[in-house]
Amino acid sequence: MTINLNVETCSPRISASIYGNRLCILSSTSKAMAEVKLHGFWASPFSHRVIWALKIKGVDYEYIEEDLPNKSELLLKYNPVYKKIPVLVHGGNPIAESLIILEYIDETWPHNPLLPSDPYEKAMARFWIQFVADKGSIFRSFLLSTSGEDQEKVAKDVLEALKIIEEKGLGDKKFFGGDTINLVDISYGVLAYWFKNMEEAIDIKVLEPTTLPRLSRWAQNFMEVPVIRENIPDRDKMLAYMRRMREKTVAQQLNK
Amino acid sequence: MEKSDLKVKVLGTWSSPFVMRARIALNMKSVNYEFLQERLWEGKSERLLKSNPVHKKVPVLIHGDKLICESLIIVEYIDEVWPSAPSILHSDPNERAIARFWAAYLDDKWFPSMRSIGFARGEDEKKAAIAEFEKGLVLLEKAFGNCRKGKPFFGGDQIGYLDIAFGCFLGWLRVTETTSGIKLLSEAKTPALINWAHRFCSDAAVKDVMPDTEKLAEFAKMIASKRRGEAPPKS
Repeated sequence: MTINLNVETCSPRISASIYGNRLCILSSTSKAMAEVKLHGFWASPFSHRVIWALKIKGVDYEYIEEDLPNKSELLLKYNPVYKKIPVLVHGGNPIAESLIILEYIDETWPHNPLLPSDPYEKAMARFWIQFVADKGSIFRSFLLSTSGEDQEKVAKDVLEALKIIEEKGLGDKKFFGGDTINLVDISYGVLAYWFKNMEEAIDIKVLEPTTLPRLSRWAQNFMEVPVIRENIPDRDKMLAYMRRMREKTVAQQLNK
Repeated sequence: MEKSDLKVKVLGTWSSPFVMRARIALNMKSVNYEFLQERLWEGKSERLLKSNPVHKKVPVLIHGDKLICESLIIVEYIDEVWPSAPSILHSDPNERAIARFWAAYLDDKWFPSMRSIGFARGEDEKKAAIAEFEKGLVLLEKAFGNCRKGKPFFGGDQIGYLDIAFGCFLGWLRVTETTSGIKLLSEAKTPALINWAHRFCSDAAVKDVMPDTEKLAEFAKMIASKRRGEAPPKS
């Protein structure tokens, strides 16, 4: 795929990129209209957070699929600190880290707001977004843990985290955002789809209607939202990918 | 009653950089608050467990009957509830994203790498930890050059979100320099940050809450000996 980096014409205000190179000069008026590109990976929940937010806001964008073992020069230039996807490039200026990208999208295209306007409610939304981010490593361990003892411990940790989320985060609401999804729901998409597939891949169930009724119902409702349903990786492809990741890890453990 | 008139309290400790963030933000907005000090080395109080049942950590901002946790979330909350000047976050979404990116980097990578220096066992481990930490400082020196746009602070003419997020660690950085015997911020490698650090610590919103380095070093020794199960030093 050919990627064209368009340089906007000069205007008063300079937006420097995070990484030091002034890639593009943008005026505030042309900002919302400037070109949007997303560097992502088909299997990544973090990529999909950004896709969902852009779609909800009705923002046109060019999607660039990155081959993770062979990351593009552009990606490495745009995200030299972490060298990871997703990276949103707006008018030539890169933004990395999915949760930071989400807030950027909500602030740049403020119609259909995806965070509460009340400062306290907003702080609570951010708190729960941070919570799922902090638990990322235990979900990964859940997929990759090999020994029975490890698996049991991780499953227990995951259940504990999910119970807190259900009890204190979601409560009796349909969505974290109330009647419609917001940035919190988008951040938790990783549970509704990726975690459910991990359970399938390793044949251990944690997020069940019997143990977590409200969160299970939330996951079902979330997956039925049209923008989510229409922008999700193919399930068979996803399962195969997860199983391959696990096999690789198991093989590495055996070779130690 | 106006939201901004409700009683404000900060639950925390004088030694925590994360608690400092909340206090600096309130100072910037000239908001009076009651500082409720926890003695974490003696265990977590009922008050703390009730105020932050999920994480059981400081700081907690208590505003009227509302409880807000997580230091960076607290800083953004303060900026929104007391929107009068000075602004803590920039109004431009791209500038905000850059500041948030580096604040997250500080919390996720840089501060843990500083703590690794203190926990390192043996010279080799210590050398490796310091090398890793210094790589981060080089990135931050570069980021400062770009964010400041020739002004004194990351936030421009006045301290802002990223100054607060970063500057709160200066006390512990100095303690690490003392205990490791190595200058971590140096004229050679981080000339701009050295000057920024002086300016930050002298700021009116910062100077009364930045802990004294010697006091912090003594405190660190006390905590370390408690961890090792030793008897407290005779005062």
